[in-house]
Amino acid sequence: MSSPAGPAGPRAASGRAASGRAASSRTTTPGRTASVTGWGRTAPTTARLVRPGSYDEAASAVRECGPRGGIARGLGRAYGDAAQNAGGVVWDMTGLDRIRRFDAEAGVVECEAGVSLHRLMEVLLPLGWFVPVSPGTRYVTVGGAIGADIHGKNHHVAGSFTRHVRSFELLTADGAVRTVRPGTDLFDATAGGMGLTGVVLAAAVRLVPVQTSLMAVDTERAADLDDLLARLSATDHRYRYSVAWIDLLARGAATGRAVLTRGDHAPLDALPARARRTPLAFRPGRLPPAPRGLPDGLLGRRSVGLFNACWYRRAPRRRTGELQRLSAFFHPLDGVPHWNRVYGRGGFVQYQFVVGHGEEETLRRVVERIAARGCPSFLAVLKRFGAGGSGWLSFPAAGWTLALDIPAGLPGLGAFLDGLDEAVAAAGGRVYLAKDARLRPELVDVMYPRAPEFRELRGRIDPRGVFVSDLSRRLAL
Amino acid sequence: MKDAFGSPQSLLILGGTSEIALATARRLIARRARTVWLAGRPSPTLEDAAGQLRPLGAEVRTVPFDALDTGGHEEALGKVFAEGDIDVVLLAFGVLGDQERAEAEPAEAVRIAQTNYTGAVSAGLVCARSLRVQGHGSLVVLSSVAGERARRSNFVYGSSKAGLDAFAQGLGDALYGTGVHVMVVRPGFVRTRMTAGLAAAPLATTAEVVAEAVETGLRRRSEVVWVPGALRPVMTVLRHMPRAIFRRLPV
Repeated sequence: MSSPAGPAGPRAASGRAASGRAASSRTTTPGRTASVTGWGRTAPTTARLVRPGSYDEAASAVRECGPRGGIARGLGRAYGDAAQNAGGVVWDMTGLDRIRRFDAEAGVVECEAGVSLHRLMEVLLPLGWFVPVSPGTRYVTVGGAIGADIHGKNHHVAGSFTRHVRSFELLTADGAVRTVRPGTDLFDATAGGMGLTGVVLAAAVRLVPVQTSLMAVDTERAADLDDLLARLSATDHRYRYSVAWIDLLARGAATGRAVLTRGDHAPLDALPARARRTPLAFRPGRLPPAPRGLPDGLLGRRSVGLFNACWYRRAPRRRTGELQRLSAFFHPLDGVPHWNRVYGRGGFVQYQFVVGHGEEETLRRVVERIAARGCPSFLAVLKRFGAGGSGWLSFPAAGWTLALDIPAGLPGLGAFLDGLDEAVAAAGGRVYLAKDARLRPELVDVMYPRAPEFRELRGRIDPRGVFVSDLSRRLAL
Repeated sequence: MKDAFGSPQSLLILGGTSEIALATARRLIARRARTVWLAGRPSPTLEDAAGQLRPLGAEVRTVPFDALDTGGHEEALGKVFAEGDIDVVLLAFGVLGDQERAEAEPAEAVRIAQTNYTGAVSAGLVCARSLRVQGHGSLVVLSSVAGERARRSNFVYGSSKAGLDAFAQGLGDALYGTGVHVMVVRPGFVRTRMTAGLAAAPLATTAEVVAEAVETGLRRRSEVVWVPGALRPVMTVLRHMPRAIFRRLPV
């Protein structure tokens, strides 16, 4: 059974899709040369950008990619060099942006890989369905969500994105399109495989039903890291969504102080009468974009320290059942387009790692080192992960994950993060490849024990090395 | 590939016995560099240099390269790029020469000019073409403050560096947008073998300091780096000083 969101519907409305179509008329041209970076805006390299608008165009783009290969790119939200390919081709997949079918009984949407989670929300939220996993931004594509096997605030109950993927279509190096289902090697290599097994062209994703587009959110403060871990361990299972913002600049007794925000989709009867008339409205707010050319040192230790202190004190000690918009709860930063510009020309790096349960001591040491080092990070987030998925290079694993952003220009940052890598690897943990721009290649196999299998499978299905990215070159994947 | 902090994994040094270049190599090996090519005239010194870098944890290979043999550059450097991407090329060869002798024997002046300028133009262009195909990489050119304004005491060397500096700036503009970054490094007086026996000029520095500046410049993707940084305002003043006064300065 198809909903009104049939093939014609979703393409008509969005300005994003409309501007996309204008561009896709150019896809028969050999593409334009452009400088490409990740969201962190470090390490730019130049590639030919090609925007396929159909399967045929995608297949011929893969056949004609040339000696330096190609890599698929979505909306460019990977922080590092995962969707760059110096001297080769980068396939801009946002041209494949059709939502093909929605089965409202099974709650399964079939869409092309370039469809963003934002678009899925726009179309399907009014019908009472929500994406199964939502990261900190809606502006990621379905293809990218599979390639990075993204996770969200519900990882401890729902797992990562590919757990909800029923199948996807993969364009492989031989030019063939294969339907890939869970339980196969190709599925597990592609889930979190950073686009290196092929180009995801379309996917069938299971959604979750919701009654309203609002969230019922409980907020509480944790005075320090011990308090935070205790609260997360004790009561996380009661919430579908859970995350803690952590002040990494606080030191001494306040080290690791945090604000927990946890909640679930609000049921219809939780809404005030007025809101009940349009319970499924999706109206994300949008501020003006961050200006270009901001100076490098804007986010220093002092300004971020002040921000963090205010943010912590502003949060209520304890508040339950507050109604928040979806966008405010899941994607606060999406409200400021190009927010990555606030780090200035030098850009920034994201560091996200996970260590298992029982490695709380490692987590504590890392938090203390970051606090002592004074990394000006205002987007630091701590979360308890549930069990990991089946993807060979999939990041999430049961335990604790900490994500933080740091201006790339901080002196000595490279060596400092190398030190954290050592601690994380020694604890059996790993860093997230979709955010990485600086890992030492020697540590990949330590952090991802199935990396050799991944390489072996790549050698088998892509003997000519068609799928290449700056990340795969840097990390020898 | 370079990482987010501009640290390269592979490095090609043209002028593989240059002390500044080797100090830079040591710093970069301590970070990410695992493949290092030392290009230079085959000699025990070149092999020694490679031998000193190897224990630091890099695979170091030497390749015969002569700045004066511009006809052979294509082949010599082509071999290096054929083996894999080069993230940073450090153009570090050059001779100081003997100013008095150069004035007396034009052939000696030509040798200085051909090494420092013509050789660098040739090697720079050969590398630029390969870097362009890669779509990434940095070409670091060791210029000198001597090229900012030619001095009576070493204008043959100074003029060759002036030419090199102008060439490298132009090349950087030509490569803008190709993913290739060209960085001109202008050290002042550096205490090395090349300057042994000379009286140190004010703001004299060491190869280690230049190496650190190169590393920082790579991180920032700088286009021009002065070492030490104080030379930038100093040279701005000197550059605009009237000839009649400049001529009489004891520099």
